Amino acid sequence: MCGHRPNLSHYGTLSGVNLTDQSPAHQSPQHIDEAALLAGLRAGDQDAYETLVRAYSGRLLAVTRRLLRIEEDARDAVQDAFLSAFRALPTFEEGSLLSTWLHRIAVNAALMKLRTRRRKPEDSIEDLLPKYLENGHREDGHRGNPTKPWQEPTALLERQETRTLVRECIDRLPETYRTVLLLRDIEELDTEETAHLIGISPNAVKIRLHRARQALRTLIDPHFREEQT
Amino acid sequence: MTCRDFIDFLEGYTSGTLSLKEQAIFYFHLSLCQHCARYLNSYQKTMQIGKAVLTPTEDPVPAEVPEDLIKAILAARPKTA
Repeated sequence: MCGHRPNLSHYGTLSGVNLTDQSPAHQSPQHIDEAALLAGLRAGDQDAYETLVRAYSGRLLAVTRRLLRIEEDARDAVQDAFLSAFRALPTFEEGSLLSTWLHRIAVNAALMKLRTRRRKPEDSIEDLLPKYLENGHREDGHRGNPTKPWQEPTALLERQETRTLVRECIDRLPETYRTVLLLRDIEELDTEETAHLIGISPNAVKIRLHRARQALRTLIDPHFREEQT
Repeated sequence: MTCRDFIDFLEGYTSGTLSLKEQAIFYFHLSLCQHCARYLNSYQKTMQIGKAVLTPTEDPVPAEVPEDLIKAILAARPKTA
């Protein structure tokens, strides 16, 4: 029915679901009673499905946008995530959080979408990593100019142009490194889970994460040095 | 420990997985090398900056999810048992 909105009194208030809610994607939207919602889903209540989609699709879209950056792919991944969730509902474990479960499914859907994108040769990350002399010390340290100290970033990050610049630097990271950085540092998946989702070893996750942070550090270094103030 | 070794230890240091012996070596180098001390500081700030820029407070939940997307998802929901 056009314009139909489910009666959500059993599950919370959709009008009370703040779609600009700032809580992390793996936390529940405010005003949603997850236990009641889950019971409704298991009973096959169509309104429960609509509540689920309307309450969680925004935060899942934020996750897939971060990982995929292409709006069409991000929307496709959200759709894939919900379809996977519908199929997997019978296996949902009591005591888990729907929000956490959906977050993981959305991350997985986005990673699947990343894999299906035509593979382009990635730029090497080596140029963004520290260089060493043969004796293992830095070629730009000790004997040359030492690393410049950085200013506290808090004030700089209040400026939109700084946040945009950092985002652009993150987007310049090779995709395989950017993905690990996002999964570990932003989506807060642990090493084992990240390794499982990407299909690499936990040690490889640690190495990629460390290299991604080093490369990002190199890219943003000129903008956070004290001499920039 | 060289600067290269120090940088290799950073991931373990930030994730708290260095052994006591590794920590001792790490801190000894840190006390001697201003360059690595500054590198550590900027590495930690990089983590902080990345999180600040991409966490949900900076990357908000979309205020509007396209209605056609919601309808497409709902069209695939299981029918009432």
